[in-house]
Order: sequence, then structure tokens, then C-alpha cells
Amino acid sequence: MAEKVLMKGNEAIAEAAILAGCRHYFGYLITPQTEIAAYMAKKMPKIGGCFLQAESEVAAINMVYGVASTGKRVMTSSSSPGISLKSEGLSYLAGSDLPALVVNVQRGGPGLGGIQPSQSDYFQATKGGGHGDFKMIVLAPSSVQEMASLTVKGFDLADKYRMTSMILADGTMGQMMEPVSLEEAAVADYDKSWAVTGTKCEREHNIINSLSLVPEELEQLNFKRYEKYKTIEENEVMYEEYMMEDADICVSAFGIAARVAKNAIAMARAEGIKVGMIRPITLWPFPVKAFKAAAEKVNSFISVELSMGQMIEDIRASVEYNKPVTLCNRAGGMIPSPEQVLEVIREANKGGNK
Amino acid sequence: MVVFDKPKSLADVPLHYCPGCTHGIIHRLVAEAIDELGIEGQAIGVAPVGCSVLAYNYFTCDMVQAAHGRAPAVATGLKRADPDNHIVFTYQGDGDLASIGMAETVHAAARNENITIIFVNNAIYGMTGGQMAPTSLPGQVTQTSPYGRDTSHCGFPVKVSEMLATLDGAGYIERVAVNNVKNVRNAKKAIKKAFQNQIDKKGFSLIEVVSTCPTNWGMTPVNALKWLEDNMLPYYPLGVYKDRDAQKEAE
Repeated sequence: MAEKVLMKGNEAIAEAAILAGCRHYFGYLITPQTEIAAYMAKKMPKIGGCFLQAESEVAAINMVYGVASTGKRVMTSSSSPGISLKSEGLSYLAGSDLPALVVNVQRGGPGLGGIQPSQSDYFQATKGGGHGDFKMIVLAPSSVQEMASLTVKGFDLADKYRMTSMILADGTMGQMMEPVSLEEAAVADYDKSWAVTGTKCEREHNIINSLSLVPEELEQLNFKRYEKYKTIEENEVMYEEYMMEDADICVSAFGIAARVAKNAIAMARAEGIKVGMIRPITLWPFPVKAFKAAAEKVNSFISVELSMGQMIEDIRASVEYNKPVTLCNRAGGMIPSPEQVLEVIREANKGGNK
Repeated sequence: MVVFDKPKSLADVPLHYCPGCTHGIIHRLVAEAIDELGIEGQAIGVAPVGCSVLAYNYFTCDMVQAAHGRAPAVATGLKRADPDNHIVFTYQGDGDLASIGMAETVHAAARNENITIIFVNNAIYGMTGGQMAPTSLPGQVTQTSPYGRDTSHCGFPVKVSEMLATLDGAGYIERVAVNNVKNVRNAKKAIKKAFQNQIDKKGFSLIEVVSTCPTNWGMTPVNALKWLEDNMLPYYPLGVYKDRDAQKEAE
């Protein structure tokens, strides 16, 4: 392992992207993720890369679309309101089967909302980041180390499947500092024969395009894309199981909420309550099988979220509504305390949660 | 000896454009410029949303289709990906470039982005069936200005070339037309220069091509050309609006 350095989550994403071979970053400023742009602005010119401050989120994602069309690694980052602006581009990236990395360091919403951490873009990220039938690979880091490692992973998955990977972080993950070890990432050699780099008069022209006016053909394109999504659901699910061996209660949380939940679980365990956690690392593909298997063993589930309850719908669907799933949440930029989570765990232990 | 042939950079396929539409001429001029400059292997074109969306099938160089109005941003990415080897152009209509894509247009110009923009201004939205465009003339009857464009209600047309020429970033801005042989030849010269500028790393070039839409103007092709001369050209005078090189020489 490389030497550990103390870094902000946002900076870890930026440095990891560079180590993963990304040399093009386009973005527009928005709290709480601006450190990514600042880091890129400083680093990119020194290493022959390109940092460009776009005139808008809309322009930034379309600049990403341009570089992605050439097959090179490219990224943008933003926070919730900015991601809404990017959703047109996210849909086009999906429709044109282009690889890209997009970071959402979430803040409270809706509208301009606030600048404090949130997880209320879960639906937006996992159920549709724009118009049309499409998915993004959604990665949820829960430490600064994971901010870095999932950035590297995100680029790899994007190239592998020719689609967008989204890092779904939150203001806390972006701003907090932790020791992190960073290493040059090996870049796998994926086929890029589809890219537009000029024909050199040696091949037929390549076309990057999402238009398909014949409905039968467009339907086939959608079918094909969903076959790819099925492969991803089978092969790329990531999650962490924590103290689940003997658990009667399963807490589920991602990102900063999982950190809080771990503290609450330690406190509950000290009281003799058998509680564990499933922490989804990929929010799409969602760890459906892990939850389904857990439902065979535990009595109930608790979803800890910084939202009005979004991931809870996926948990309920995964356990096929056979076990009670309770929401433990704060919203609007607030974070639940371990004590709040502990209280819900205690209730569940009494069999009180429905 | 071949005295007239199809440009290599134009695919040998039927174009979908309406009879009398001037897109065909403009496509040909772009393809001729690419051929003559020998850049067909380096060129990457960006097609807009609008009548010319299918341009990606017509140019034989690598092509990218962009979201409505976003072509200059997409072109920015394509160019920045490999500034020394990619010759990047966009081909956009007036709705795409001057309405929904105005921000992308202005900022690409302000950055002196080293790309070439072919801006086709026919004062109407063609593909959606003839609605008022940002460049529709005062009084012009369209589907969404059925009583004529009322400037007290929806303002005035945008003079794109004049406006962009005020930007320090813009390198070369010229307005041309394709209504007669002389103007077509001049348009060709301008388009070729706009590509040459990019090859010479001189930065942002935009050629506004005043053109017709016989179908949605409700005119025969011949009458449409006459209407262009009588109405469009007085409002959109032809000429060079910005030429940084010429200005430098003059100084």
C-alpha cells in the first residue's frame, strides 16, 4: 500500500481520477463539491490534462459528452441542483452508450435547498437521471478511502460497460478529512473502436448518436441495453455485511448514514441486541439478493437515510414485503445521531417496528 | 477529365431535405472545404437537433449528434480531447444555435474555442413544422406567430454575427448567403477560411449562412430566394463582422 495522506473526500476523488488516467475535467462551481474543481484546476495543467470551467452544468456535461465520444476518460462533478441540470446530458450519454464518471456530492433539496449533506437524490440517481429507459452505475462511498477507490472503480466500470458511473456522495463525505492511500490505477484495455478520433481515411466513419427514428430499431436498442444492465446486476453488485452472522435486526445505510449506523450498532450490541448491517456500495445495481437472504434470518429491517425515505423502497422490494422495514431518517441537510438510530433499534428489538 | 464530382466528404446517399432547401448546397460547401484542405481523416462533425440532425449520415468524416443547442459544448470536448489532431465543426440551425444553445454559442466564442461553426439561419424552425425562431423577422408569419411576429410581444430577432463580433474571443465571424452563384462562391470561401483558421490554431470561427425554408415559408423555391433577398438580407446584411487577422494587419 502507498503511504497514507490526510485528504478531504472531494480531493481524494480528484486525485484518484487523475491516477485512473482521467485527463479531462469539466465543471461548474457548486457547494459542497467545489474542491474537486479547484484540485483539477491546479493539477491538470501540470500533467498535460485539461481543466475547463464551463459556463453551466449543461455545458459541462456536454463537454464530457464530447470527450467521452473520443473514448478518453472524462469526468464532471456537481451537487444536487447541478445534477438536475446535467440530467439531459446523462440521458444522451446513456442513449449514445458513452462512458463517463459523474460525481454528485449531495446537498439538501428540493430546489436550491441548502448546502448541508443529504441523500435525497437516491431516486434521481438510481431510478432515472433523465428521460428515457436507462441506468447508471451508482457507487456510494462511506469513507474518504472509498471516495478514491470507487472513483477508480467507477472509471473502470464505465469503460467496461460503455455507460455512466455516478459517485453518489454527500456533503459530509466531500468535506471530511481522513487518511487515504492512493496508488496509480492499472487501466484495463477496453475496446474503443467505436470512438470518434478522425477516420484517418482508414475506416468508415464512426457516429456517436442517440437518435433512432424507427421504433422497432429503438426498441431493440433498449432491449440490448437492458441485457447489458442485467449482466451488471449479476456481476457488479457490491455491499458490506457487518455483524450479520447472528443478527435479528438488519440496519441498512450507505454513505455517511452507514458511519452513524455503525456507532449505533456498537451501542446496541453493548446492550445485548443482536443487530447487524448491510451497507450497499452499489446503489444500482442494488444488492437485492443480500437483502432477500437476510430476510430469511432477521425479524426486521431499519433503513437509515438522510432523506424522507428513498432507499427503503428498494429494501422493501428486495425482501418482497415479507418483513417490516422501518425508516430512521433526517432530512433537509440534517444527519441522524447514533442515539436516534439506537432508539429505533431498541424499538425493533421489542418487536415494536412495523 | 472530371470537371464536376461529388465531394469525397459527402456520402453518396439521398438527402432528406425538402425540395428547394439550401441545406444541400451548404452541406456540399462544407464537404468541398474539407476535401480541399485534406482534413477528412481528422475532421469530426457535430450534428444539431433540427432539420440537419441527420447530417451525421451525410458527412463521411466521424460524426457526433449533440443535444439541442449543445453542439458548441460537445465540440469543445471533442477539440480539447486532442487539440492537435481533431478538426472539429458544428453544423447548426437558428433555433439550435441562437435560442436554446445561445449560452453554449456565446461562451465557446468568448473562450476563443478553436472550432468551426456553420450556422444556418433560415429564420424559422423547420423540423417541427415552421415555428417562430429567434431569427424570425418582425412581422413574419409562422405557426407560433400566426398574426406576424409582434415585436411588442415577443421582441426582436437576434443578429448573431453582429453580437458575437463584439466578443474579444471570437476570431472570425462572417455572414454569407447561398441565394445566387456569386454568394455561393463567397460562402465557400468563407467556410474554407473558417476551417483553415482552425488548422492554423487561430481560434473561434463562425460562418452564418442566410438560407431559405420554402416548405415552412410556404413558397416555391424561387419565391423563397426572392423573399430572402427582399427581407432577410436587408435585416441580416452580408459581410465580415470580425476578422482578428485582418484587424491585426490593419493595426
